[in-house]
Amino acid sequence: MAYEMIVLTNMLIAILFAQSLNLITGFCGQVSLGHAAFLGIGAYTSAMLTKAGWPLAATFIPAMVVAGMIGVIVGAASLRVRHDFLAITTMGVSFLFTGIIRKQDMLGGEMGIAGIPAAYGGRVGLLLMTLCLTILFITIMIYVKRSWMGFVFESIAEDEDTAGVLGIDVRRFKLFAFVLGTAGAGLAGALYAHQVRFIGPDSFGFVESVTVLSMVIVGGIGSIWGVTIAAALLSVMPQFFQVIDDYKLLVYGLLLFFAMRFLPDGLGGLAKRFRQKRNPDRSPERSQA
Amino acid sequence: MLDVQHMISRYGPVTALHDASFTLEGGEALALVGTNGAGKTTLVMSIAGHVIPESGHVILDNENITEIPSHIRARRGIGLVPEGRRVFPDLTVKENLITGGYVLPRSSEQQRLNDVYDIFPRLHERANQLAGSLSGGEQQMLAFGRAIMLNPKVMLIDEISLGLMPKVINECYAVLEKLREKNISIILVDQNSDAALSFADKAIWLESGHVKWQGLARDCPLSKGSAVY
Repeated sequence: MAYEMIVLTNMLIAILFAQSLNLITGFCGQVSLGHAAFLGIGAYTSAMLTKAGWPLAATFIPAMVVAGMIGVIVGAASLRVRHDFLAITTMGVSFLFTGIIRKQDMLGGEMGIAGIPAAYGGRVGLLLMTLCLTILFITIMIYVKRSWMGFVFESIAEDEDTAGVLGIDVRRFKLFAFVLGTAGAGLAGALYAHQVRFIGPDSFGFVESVTVLSMVIVGGIGSIWGVTIAAALLSVMPQFFQVIDDYKLLVYGLLLFFAMRFLPDGLGGLAKRFRQKRNPDRSPERSQA
Repeated sequence: MLDVQHMISRYGPVTALHDASFTLEGGEALALVGTNGAGKTTLVMSIAGHVIPESGHVILDNENITEIPSHIRARRGIGLVPEGRRVFPDLTVKENLITGGYVLPRSSEQQRLNDVYDIFPRLHERANQLAGSLSGGEQQMLAFGRAIMLNPKVMLIDEISLGLMPKVINECYAVLEKLREKNISIILVDQNSDAALSFADKAIWLESGHVKWQGLARDCPLSKGSAVY
């Protein structure tokens, strides 16, 4: 039972983490290859605070704020670049983060931070907390997607020049999406740190950024349900197939390649096409999530 | 209402527009005619704020908006229907319209939607349809509707008839007439210079970025005979 709880908690954290990237990449069209750095910022912030005696739940807000604040800096610096240039800039953030962490003794340096306290209520408590926060985050995303803000995000993702001539402050909204997304990653990081109870620089490297990006691409950029399913599947697969964990970068890299070549709109797009095929007379309408 | 003074715009070392000036009152229409590369789109984009002019001024209702970014200009009343429509294909018709007028108060949104639906009943019929699945003519209507949602004082329309059937083009001009009646000023670029010149009050004929001729549209040397292209 304990093993199943660990797998389930990992899966929920992966969903939360993937959705936080979906907000940036899927909703607002900003490709990030350094999202794991924000997971790490949340994890380190939360771990340091719980080791100093704070209860886990009290560390969620600081973890989100610190990750979000660094997200503002990275987002502001990245506003001038688009597409592949943005991907390279954010990739630099990932290497910068692990490079800095490795040299900071107060953050455990290469050795990382061990002995992170367990969550209140043990594994069950952490699982329930993760479940509630993941559902809350997905609910907020559905609400955003269906609101005018979701339309604005999508218009920026599709054609930011045209969005600009409609009076939309493209820079402000891109930055806002970046802050929300990085704060969400910070929250996922806080939960992750107390799930594994040991964190080190390697837990938040480039491989993790590629992994979460492949969850978003395979799920379908911008599709809430598609990304949820993809994150759930891709986070569980290494538990059952050791080879995936051993060759993670290769497997997820190949997955990204094949998804972009043969299924560019991911599982979400596949489901949409399937619905249209079953109802060919129905005019193509927007799927709400 | 709109006063453009001595506008010069460059793309790097290339001067795409040399010293263009004109004034436009409420409800007046200006046609920009000329061959490809004449500088028509550059002039439109300089007014919209997408191209920052090297010199010159754009004055709207006595306010100099030359240094103001494009999204703020839109809020001040500069509406743009870009070349190729550029609707958001994965948003529905209604969502495209809401996005078009998002800077204005939410309380007036339904009224503005109704105004657009009155002008384009077909958009009402297709309100929940994805914009990417519309025909070219319907997408042009949506691009118009999206700009109208901003309650613009000046509408910039780049290549109104590009890729459209003659019947749809006539419908577009009928809509422009309605907008003019609402005191909206119109700046129009059209490959079909005959249609543009017969609609507009004023005209500027551009060639290689220079103003070759400027005056009343009916007096334009291009207004009779075949199109420029």
